[in-house]
Amino acid sequence: MAISIEDVEHVARLARLALSEDEKETFRRQLSDVLEHARVISEVDTEGVEPTSHTLPLVNVFRDDVARPSLPTEEVTSNAPWAADGAFRVPRIV
Amino acid sequence: MEFETIIGLEIHAELNTASKMFCGCPTAFGGAPNTSTCPICLGHPGVLPVANREAVADTILLGLALNCKITPRSIFHRKNYFYPDMPKNFQISQYDIPLTADGWLEVEMEGNNRRVGITRVHLEEDTGKSVHIGESGRIHGADFSLEDFNRAGIPLAEIVTEPDLRSPEEARAFMQLLRATLEYLQISDCKMEEGSLRCDANISIAVDGAMGTKVEIKNMNSFRSLFRALSYEDERQRFAIKQGETLVQETRHWDDAAGVTHPLRSKEEAFDYRYFPEPDLVPIEPDPAWVEELRGRLPELPMERLRRFREQYGLSDEIAVMLTSEKALADYFERAVETGQDPVELAKWIAGDLVALLKDAVVPIQSCPLEPRGLGELVALVAQKVISGKMAKEVLKEAFDTGKGPKEIVEAKGLSQIADAGELDAVVDEVIAANPEAAEDMRGGKEQALKFLMGQVMKKTRGQANPEMASDLIKKKLT
Ligand SMILES: [Zn+2]
Repeated sequence: MAISIEDVEHVARLARLALSEDEKETFRRQLSDVLEHARVISEVDTEGVEPTSHTLPLVNVFRDDVARPSLPTEEVTSNAPWAADGAFRVPRIV
Repeated sequence: MEFETIIGLEIHAELNTASKMFCGCPTAFGGAPNTSTCPICLGHPGVLPVANREAVADTILLGLALNCKITPRSIFHRKNYFYPDMPKNFQISQYDIPLTADGWLEVEMEGNNRRVGITRVHLEEDTGKSVHIGESGRIHGADFSLEDFNRAGIPLAEIVTEPDLRSPEEARAFMQLLRATLEYLQISDCKMEEGSLRCDANISIAVDGAMGTKVEIKNMNSFRSLFRALSYEDERQRFAIKQGETLVQETRHWDDAAGVTHPLRSKEEAFDYRYFPEPDLVPIEPDPAWVEELRGRLPELPMERLRRFREQYGLSDEIAVMLTSEKALADYFERAVETGQDPVELAKWIAGDLVALLKDAVVPIQSCPLEPRGLGELVALVAQKVISGKMAKEVLKEAFDTGKGPKEIVEAKGLSQIADAGELDAVVDEVIAANPEAAEDMRGGKEQALKFLMGQVMKKTRGQANPEMASDLIKKKLT
């Protein structure tokens, strides 16, 4: 299955990636190859097989509803490039 | 052309667990920014979320209350989007396999029952809060935004209905019933103003049975704004159709101050959340014994209680709806009924004066200074004609303000009305003797004279005569 330059642009926009024209063409080819591989896999007969969402043989891993102390405020924003009064500052959204 | 309004709702209720959905941060409302955050709810790399058992239990309980089927094996998904209110750039939610699905809730409106389909009830995490800084004070034109993640990660139940509602009135009634249901289950604070209960709506107009264009409405923060926004949109769409205009499928924002909806700036492309199974959280397979245990915890639900109140106590529709809209209020009423007084009278006092006093004082019924027993005492005093209904209003107010019992107040103030037949008889005789003209008029059938004589009796007794008894006595003696 081949994908178009428009598909690449769409996916790039969703991931907030800026791509050059050359990169778009490279990814168009690579992504088409990936999808082609997926198409081959999809030919396997999976009739009666539940889709696998997890490979771990585990279910129902829960924690008790007990509150514990949060991070000290000065540590919360210590790695943030931009913060003010305990809040994270982010550039204009729209 | 025959028009029909079609409405479906999407409701988000914050669950009132002690800790967040996937980490142990406390869920307290308010607080300074980011004081309730940790590496997990801040989305740091390498952390492992673990689901809160209580939040799962609450959602199953809600599913059961809404007659949903409990999914034998459900999973979490990542919903991917770029917006700074989610530090991970995705929200952990549920997608095609929700915890519970396929139920219904029946709303009663003016004697008509409407069974509203519940498509699904799933569990997800809440997002953070953004404050937009700049001259506009809004997201558009802001210089920058401040992010507070105290709310990020609080467990959120999402309830989606089928498009089964047929008017803004029905939508409001449904929402009120759903709120009451959440409140009865005691799984959410249900405060629309504080955002712990939120509602979006889809509304369209079917013309001659053909489906119309669906419009989504956001930002309705009260039952009133839900009703107003839907009424406005209902009108707007009907008018547009009559004018031959084409409606656009879009999301519109309700502006409560202006009383209108306006379109949100349309996205260049449709949302594409690229859901995929959350690899860090294993599937949930609720043990049937656990589900049964939860089912056993279901209280009597608001609609059942409303119907019982009408039948068992003979309450009117209006009063029964009001009393059952809040579990604590209904509990208060039933405790008052235990005093043996007339349920209809008790209900009237609660729905009328008491609720008004509580509202004025901004006091929840749970902390009402007048206990149910005290209300029973008050109703008994009226029933035994110790005090009049008018006096009872004052006594109730004083009992509410001071926390004293009605009996105590009546005694301390010497308020008790003269309902002793012998005592009153003597007073009436005195009044008749002192006012022969009025007595003569009364015999002649003049209404005015009765009022005058009553006034004299009241004056003589400093307003403490039982009016009904006094009036009966005068009539008996002078006709
Ligand atoms: Zn946390």
